Amino acid sequence: MASKAYDAGVKEYRDMYWTPEYVPLDTDLLACFKCTGQPGVPREEVAAAVAAESSTGTWSTVWSELLTDLEFYKGRAYRIEDVPGDDESFYAFIAYPIDLFEEGSIVNVLTSLVGNVFGFKALRHLRLEDIRFPIAYIKTCGGPPAGIQVERDRLNKYGRPLLGATIKPKLGLSAKNYGRAVYECLRGGLDLTKDDENVNSQPFMRWRDRFEFCAEAIQKAEQETGERKGHYLNVTAATPEEMYKRAEFAKELGQPIIMHDFLTGGFTANTGLANWCRNNGMLLHIHRAMHAVIDRHPKHGIHFRVLAKCLRLSGGDHLHTGTVVGKLEGDRNSTLGYVDQLRESFVPEDRSRGVFFDQDWGSMPGVFAVASGGIHVWHMPALVTIFGDDSVLQFGGGTQGHPWGNAAGAAANRVALEACVKARNEGRHLEREARDILMSAAQSSPELAIALETWKEIKFEFDTVDKLDL
Amino acid sequence: MVNRPEVGDFQTAQTLETFGFLPKFTPDEVVAQVEYLIRQGWTPAIEHEHPSRCANHYWTMWKLPMFGERDLNTIMSEIEACRRAYPDHHIRLLGYDSYTQSQGLCFVVHEGNAR
Repeated sequence: MASKAYDAGVKEYRDMYWTPEYVPLDTDLLACFKCTGQPGVPREEVAAAVAAESSTGTWSTVWSELLTDLEFYKGRAYRIEDVPGDDESFYAFIAYPIDLFEEGSIVNVLTSLVGNVFGFKALRHLRLEDIRFPIAYIKTCGGPPAGIQVERDRLNKYGRPLLGATIKPKLGLSAKNYGRAVYECLRGGLDLTKDDENVNSQPFMRWRDRFEFCAEAIQKAEQETGERKGHYLNVTAATPEEMYKRAEFAKELGQPIIMHDFLTGGFTANTGLANWCRNNGMLLHIHRAMHAVIDRHPKHGIHFRVLAKCLRLSGGDHLHTGTVVGKLEGDRNSTLGYVDQLRESFVPEDRSRGVFFDQDWGSMPGVFAVASGGIHVWHMPALVTIFGDDSVLQFGGGTQGHPWGNAAGAAANRVALEACVKARNEGRHLEREARDILMSAAQSSPELAIALETWKEIKFEFDTVDKLDL
Repeated sequence: MVNRPEVGDFQTAQTLETFGFLPKFTPDEVVAQVEYLIRQGWTPAIEHEHPSRCANHYWTMWKLPMFGERDLNTIMSEIEACRRAYPDHHIRLLGYDSYTQSQGLCFVVHEGNAR
């Protein structure tokens, strides 16, 4: 190869980074961005700028570029597509060579792909819609500490979704009263209870006290019901050192599962904690506080399907996905699209679900989809249909708001869940026959009858803000 | 709250996992679940255990899993044979899913009378 001459100054990005003839390699990391450029800037220039700024480029040519082969390392914008129903935005597809990224580091991938480029002046908005991780990169990531199959075996839960609840009120209970609420939920038929994400170690309830009382609640409920139980002990903390200290104590108490907030805690903390869990036989529940800040705007930020993929690689056994039917934002097809990314070993491109690339997960274990937030017994048939068995359905208010208390509320949900699973297995149509299935189950369960009466009028029918582009 | 029902007493019960909160299945209801299990391509199997040891992961297998068995009557009569041999044991029916290397279904079909 002839050596190049150094030509100082500013070059158009598209000269180097817009390569429509490029055929992506199997080892490339592919990304789809929804770009909204400033008026008058050509699409190719915007796409090339995104490719450059998220890979090797900087705004000015520098002499030291000539000491390496940037043709080998650069990201390439290789395709542009219209966004259906939107004249001002377009999709840019960019291929990054695998050597741009440190092995097993979601932190490194995100720092590159969604770093400086999001503040780039030539863009009005930019949204990372999807990433295709090459199988070669996936193989360098630890992934879920246990995965769906191992968790089912450890907890002895088969043939149905798991049932959970976040303990309420969110804040202010003493540790002993909190443990009481946990015990009542578990003896009533829930498999798992959860610390609210806000619960870390506040003055009203320090973590060590909470862990001890919850451990006793679980032990008693297990003895009485003959079932395995757990409580997601939230170890999210101000520092990694503190986080590991809490995780170690949960292990010392023989607890099956702990919990972390992966976005507020950060991917470094999350990946480290997932590794700790894998080494210590601990399950890891992942909450997603802060996600809507990043993923809700249809033209800017990162779509949740990307965050979900990143979490599966960073590590977690459960991830909150929204409920579709409850109080929080979530389109059905879009949700199903990223639920697949959590659980399947191969997900084909499917624009009707917002999936932009074929994604091969290889042998990476699956993550349970967690549906939580504003759901109650009347939603059960729809939830079982939408989420299937490999999910955790969490009813907080829908358990603890029962007129008889937590145990009866838990039993109502468990009866409803099992009635739906039984009916589904018998070949009945859950959503069409919902009313009949629930009402007949209530005949042998006064707890369910009261729950059905209590929540009969509650619906959350608002339009989704972030719709799929179809 | 209008028409607030009298607060009832919820008694903890030994429920033994999936379907433990539904009324005891009739033979027809068990057959329907066995049909489902076979339709999914899973392998039916029977396990039993003395109630005092049922908290363990492993229960005792009744013979071997019924690989390739699609006859509902055979499966139902194996459950019955197990029950006659171990009347005081809990008995569960499960479906091995060789694709997920898990159990697609597992529930107690008979509760032993021993305590």
